Amino acid sequence: MADNLGTSPDEVQFRFRDDEAVDHGTVTVDACCDQTNAAAVRIEPGDDARLLLPFLDRLALVEVNFPSFGDGRGYSAARILREAGYTGELRAVGQVLIDQLSHMRRCGFDSFAPDKRLDEEDARRAFATWDNVYQRAADARRTIADKRHEA
Amino acid sequence: MYQYDQYDQAMVDARVEEFRDQARRRLEGKLTEDQFKPLRLMNGLYLQLHAYMLRVAIPYGTLNARQMEALADIAEKYDRGYGHFTTRQNIQYNWIKLEDAADILADLARVEMHAIQTSGNCIRNISADHFAGAAADEVVDPRPYAELMRQWSSFHPEFTYLPRKFKIAVIGSETDRAAMRLHDIGIRIVKRDGEVGAQFYAGGGMGRTPMIAPLIRDFVPLDQLITYAEACLRVYNRYGRRDNKYKARIKILVHELGAAEYTRQVEEEFAHMLSVGVEPPLEELARIAAHFADPAFVEGPKTLDRSDPDFALWVDRNTHRHKHDAYVSAVISLKPAGGIPGDATADQMRLMARLAKQYSFDELRVMHTQNVLLPHVRIADLHALWTALDEAGLGSPNMDTIEDIIACPGLDYCSLANARSIPLAQRISERFAQTGRTEVIGELKLKISGCINACGHHHAGHIGILGVDKKGTENYQLSLGGSEAEDVSLAKITGPGFDEDGVIAAVEKVTDVYLEARAEGERFLDTYRRIGMEPFKEALYG
Ligand code: HEM
Ligand code: SF4
Repeated sequence: MADNLGTSPDEVQFRFRDDEAVDHGTVTVDACCDQTNAAAVRIEPGDDARLLLPFLDRLALVEVNFPSFGDGRGYSAARILREAGYTGELRAVGQVLIDQLSHMRRCGFDSFAPDKRLDEEDARRAFATWDNVYQRAADARRTIADKRHEA
Repeated sequence: MYQYDQYDQAMVDARVEEFRDQARRRLEGKLTEDQFKPLRLMNGLYLQLHAYMLRVAIPYGTLNARQMEALADIAEKYDRGYGHFTTRQNIQYNWIKLEDAADILADLARVEMHAIQTSGNCIRNISADHFAGAAADEVVDPRPYAELMRQWSSFHPEFTYLPRKFKIAVIGSETDRAAMRLHDIGIRIVKRDGEVGAQFYAGGGMGRTPMIAPLIRDFVPLDQLITYAEACLRVYNRYGRRDNKYKARIKILVHELGAAEYTRQVEEEFAHMLSVGVEPPLEELARIAAHFADPAFVEGPKTLDRSDPDFALWVDRNTHRHKHDAYVSAVISLKPAGGIPGDATADQMRLMARLAKQYSFDELRVMHTQNVLLPHVRIADLHALWTALDEAGLGSPNMDTIEDIIACPGLDYCSLANARSIPLAQRISERFAQTGRTEVIGELKLKISGCINACGHHHAGHIGILGVDKKGTENYQLSLGGSEAEDVSLAKITGPGFDEDGVIAAVEKVTDVYLEARAEGERFLDTYRRIGMEPFKEALYG
């Protein structure tokens, strides 16, 4: 089994959940589809997140890897999982940088394990960049358009 | 015109602060240049041959006098007293210092402007028909839809690291004045049985592999517009190529999958997205549309005194039919013979601003032809307007003629260039103005790019010129028969290239062939399409 692929809870720098973090390795998307018991999986940029939809009930952790911050496929993967009702932990791992945090959060990521630890103060400010947002996304925030037209 | 409310203003202000912070972290060494690059690019800041270049967004090309004045102030305060209007209806400053960038963005924010997403692999500034809300032939005003899309695409969380840049154009008439089908997504707002909706084209583009966007959906209902766009983008974000920068545009994806398969995938994603609910409330579109209500047009004379032949020529060339018959739209040419296409000095910008206040309901448009438009001018005011323009050197009567050249910055500024574009444009316009051929030839769209990236639209020129590097010397390839309009086509290369003098002579020869062969009422493009490439080749190389 391809265990110990993923990040450990110690490597998670920011987490926006109250539950206990899953403490075992993740498997690849292929392995996850073949195995009946995997509870943690890791998505690489080229993977189709929709292959996981039949197994969402048993998943407690999905890691989305960003080997390079400029490859934005992971943002779509995250939203697709949230749109399908996935409520477990969604962790951004790899080259996760300050200036991507607010967008990642909006796409449904609720935990972050950057491969280089980030400055806490810079990160705090980055998460709070936008008081308001234009688009609907996975975070269910009320958009500017919604606010403009509330009764 | 659209006006920011407190939310729009807060978004732009937040962006200025974010950029200030990013610049600080770059200076503190917390960001590498590699990491900083995409961030500064998303704020319109490029590193060029001599200095930084700042590209300011002018959403769908529309601005008021106060904004134009702010652009003049920036040109004076931070640049060398001029700016360059571009084919994407934006303005670029070529001599910017990194230390000043955040202050410039703050100055822009004060007049509801910004440089957001004018660069980088994200959804770029939305462009539109520059005659929107004014043209006599308009079916639906595209501006509210362009503004809706501006808001949707600004800071989009999912689509900020696309495989490549993404350009969207919106039009609302049969006539295409925005090169709509040469965009990543082109949208035509249409009316079917009284119902308004959007026609979607996807996968067009210029660059090294030019492609004309195929139609992917004939009618998207208004209350699903954003949802459909979101589906188009998601399929592209997931499956667009990332292994090769030159194959990363959506045109390559659409081409490799085939339009039918791309469309199928979009439709599937669209059906899913409809169930998720990403569309803004329809009231929002109504709120935006209210900003674009007609100004208070008044009745007036519909004819004018044509006794001054210079004035009459300018009227014939540079005005466009308005939906109100006491008005016209008037083009301010930024193409004086021998001048730099698209450049305007701070003083000229201030004059244009003043004339807009005086004669055009405080509104100006940047045209993709690198000119400026006053959309609503009373026919009764035309002579006074022309007199003021003419005195300031802005009265060239050359819209859509061979002097109205589109040219990219080329080797004078651009680090990617193979050859100079600007001096060539200057020499050609000067030459044709001197020989008096311009008027005889009539409509002829000449477009020059300094390299294969095609920023100067050379693929879409009736005559296109492409700068190439030939063993270390500048060389120019000539092509014929392109069009960016509703009769869209891609130009074909004539044959071996020319040096600078040679290509100017070649352009003259090509126009000789046209004048010789043209039938009654034919434009250059029509004659080319009728007689084909051979006679032109014969004249050039025979
Ligand atoms: C001087 C700095 C500039 C640089 C470094 C630059 C860079 C590029 C590059 C690399 C491409 C090719 C993209 C591709 O094919 O994927 C491109 C295309 C293009 N650029 Fe520029 N450009 C510059 C200035 C301009 C200016 C001044 C304009 C407007 C006049 C402009 C408008 C366009 C347009 C219309 C295209 C082709 C349309 C398309 O994207 O398919 N660019 N540019
Ligand atoms: S066409 Fe080439 S030379 Fe001209 S601006 Fe674009 S990248 Fe630069």
